Amino acid sequence: MQFADLAPVRFGFGPSPDQQGPAKASEILAALRGPDRLAARWPGASTAAALAYAQRFHQLKKAASPRGSAPDRNAAEAAFAAHRRLGDQVLIESLQGALARAVEDQTGFRERLWAFWRDHFTVRSKRRRDQPLACAHAEALRPHLCGNFRTLLRTAVTHPMMLIYLDQVTSFGPNSIRARRHPEQGLGLNENLAREVMELHTLGVRGAYRQEDVRQLAELFTGMQVDGTGLVFAPRLAEPGAETVLGRNFGGDPAKLADIHAALDALALHPDTAQHLARKLAVHFVGPAPDPVLVAALAEAYTQADAELMPVYAVLLTHPSARAPRFEKIRQPFEYIATGLRALGLDGARVMALPPRVMREGAYGPMRAMGQRWFGAPGPNGIPEAAQDWISPQQLSARIGWALAAPQLFGAPVADPIAFAQSALGPRLGADLATAVPRAESRPEAAALVLASAEFMRR
Amino acid sequence: MIARRLFLQGAALAGCSAAAHPFLSTVTFAAAPGERRLVVIILRGAMDGLDIVQPWGDPRLKQMRPDFPIGPEAGAADLDGFFALHPALAPLLPLWAGGELGFAHAVSTPYRDRRSHFDGQDMLEAGTGADVPLTMVRDGWLNRLLQEMPGARAETAYSIGVEEMKVLSGTAPTLAWAPEARLGLSAQGRRLLEEIYRGDALFHAAAEAALEITAAPPGTMSASAATGAARVREATGLAGFAAERLRGEARIAAFSLNGWDTHRGQIAAIRAPAERLAAMITGLKAGLGPVWRETLVLAMTEFGRTARQNGSRGTDHGTGGALIMAGGVLKGGKVYGRWPGLGEADLYAGRDLMPTADIRSYAAWALAGLFGTARNTLEGAVFPGLTMGENPGFLA
Repeated sequence: MQFADLAPVRFGFGPSPDQQGPAKASEILAALRGPDRLAARWPGASTAAALAYAQRFHQLKKAASPRGSAPDRNAAEAAFAAHRRLGDQVLIESLQGALARAVEDQTGFRERLWAFWRDHFTVRSKRRRDQPLACAHAEALRPHLCGNFRTLLRTAVTHPMMLIYLDQVTSFGPNSIRARRHPEQGLGLNENLAREVMELHTLGVRGAYRQEDVRQLAELFTGMQVDGTGLVFAPRLAEPGAETVLGRNFGGDPAKLADIHAALDALALHPDTAQHLARKLAVHFVGPAPDPVLVAALAEAYTQADAELMPVYAVLLTHPSARAPRFEKIRQPFEYIATGLRALGLDGARVMALPPRVMREGAYGPMRAMGQRWFGAPGPNGIPEAAQDWISPQQLSARIGWALAAPQLFGAPVADPIAFAQSALGPRLGADLATAVPRAESRPEAAALVLASAEFMRR
Repeated sequence: MIARRLFLQGAALAGCSAAAHPFLSTVTFAAAPGERRLVVIILRGAMDGLDIVQPWGDPRLKQMRPDFPIGPEAGAADLDGFFALHPALAPLLPLWAGGELGFAHAVSTPYRDRRSHFDGQDMLEAGTGADVPLTMVRDGWLNRLLQEMPGARAETAYSIGVEEMKVLSGTAPTLAWAPEARLGLSAQGRRLLEEIYRGDALFHAAAEAALEITAAPPGTMSASAATGAARVREATGLAGFAAERLRGEARIAAFSLNGWDTHRGQIAAIRAPAERLAAMITGLKAGLGPVWRETLVLAMTEFGRTARQNGSRGTDHGTGGALIMAGGVLKGGKVYGRWPGLGEADLYAGRDLMPTADIRSYAAWALAGLFGTARNTLEGAVFPGLTMGENPGFLA
């Protein structure tokens, strides 16, 4: 299979009737080295705005509470309700922006990488006030998708949303100044973030760490807090003394953020992290049982380049094992919808112009029925990779339902289903589907057959 | 195949709830011969056994958890002079009095030390030993049981909700239904879909059931989170739905209850899942009517939590935990298991309740007692590598 036919399937959001697939891997890499035009064109939520939203949420909630001091209770309640709706709007707009970027990106790889790293560093807002902050977390990752993993890791882990999501904001050095001054408060450690950083973000669950390393990293993390401006380091909350993580000492007195950065850097450069990330990338982009040679080459590139990601991506795009025309992966729901919209000929501007109702009924709701809730993964391990996790009967039914509804709902009816099958699938159009499409009773059903076909959902 | 009436009843109870409220993810049913019933509730997130079944008779508990309400003076119901039941489970006290509620304490899977929810849950649901790599484990122990059970009608098993549970996710075919899926397709369109899926095993396996699924309104974003009372109502509704299926052909039901990962503010955080659990069990009893006499409920969690409270008035991932059992076939009114104590030297790794039994052995003895499954089948096929040990004798 030609690279131009394979690349949009494996590394992008499928072919578009209006764009050529990249002919060579070097085109994709060149696009990655260039500026992030789509984030500039359709910017997402900023962390500062999201923090301001959360603060305002707190104020309005207080004013609207029965014990609040607002002179006009009804007005206060209305203001609070409007603010909550604004948060829902931010969530929907964030999905809209992500879909617009995905359908517009010519190679698709930057947007696929963004989706990969969003999931790698999964966050979820447990409180409504933090909903925009979860969106802002994803946006904060974008400048670092093609940089060094150390920066990406630091950005993801020390972002206010992650500190809130994994309970760092309630972790205190048991011997910190604050804990010793207020013994009645019983302040102490919370291991959640430290454990997930090792288990999920860096070394992997089979990595070379032990419970004591989790404990020590949790002690080192103490002092990281969130206020209305974002991450702040509060030395009075930090555990005194140095911590030993994976046999290396970090920190000392006075405690400072730079020591946490140093430990994160060391975790990023650990060989187990190279293995974990290499395997995860290969499993996500190529297949469930990736060629060990490919995984080793990815890890090697990562280690050689001191955690620079571009050399890793170069291996992924050029390695012979990553070009095998086997399509064992199922597009995850976000990808599936983006790939469908792209095949239907929508561009980013058209996606951005969709009314909220269409976003809810055509994207947010169906994605949830297919098993992926936008910024609502069930746990910090994100959404599943295995094909069978996405094609249970009810999930397949949700996909078929979307395939039937989408062309009409998104204002992109298919005039010529046979041409649609060819442009959407190229050389991957199978004989059974090619036979079935002209036999459908109606154009909408013929188009749905294409969108609901196994070859369209596989990558 | 599946009566439309049941779909509609399911829709009424679940509405958009399955996805909107992730604590109710999936219900799986399986038909099997005989009259005995088994309900498995997976408590996801690691339930704190020391808070639910409090060893208040040991003063060290209070020392390790100075901010936690503990024992009868804090509202927990004394069970036997040593253990006390968390107040949120008070609706279950009549069952305790009637011998229909019991516990096994200091139990866990053989999973150790990493304390990862995800691996821990996999092992519990998969029921395999630690001797095979976790990545090799795919199917679940109930699924394997069905394959070993003569006359089991696995094709009548199906699930509700968007998430798939591993307990029945192996090779035995299952039907699944999501209230949010919508399908409007002509007979010809349906036939053509069947044809195009024929060449792809994964899609072919799911297609027939997917195409059976009937219309329901698609999910939309809920304007506000459900209140505690509403969540308890939904738990009761789900239990009622499960009970109806169990009064019919189903003999095994499995579902999960999330929300136990109480890293901070545990006093408040544990209340909601505990109330839901109580509502599920009382709902099952009410819904099952006379069939409750034939029923065993096992509520299992992937591991316990730290013996000491953490710095956020919560608890972190631990090891030994508690198993909750209920039902008319239970010899209840008793806390089973060997209690390891809470002294510094008694704890696992100086921090967690020491597990003194494999939780899977309770599940295995339950299967042996309820369905007559042979011990070598249980230790060889259903829970490979398990040593069941002595029968704890918890079935009446």
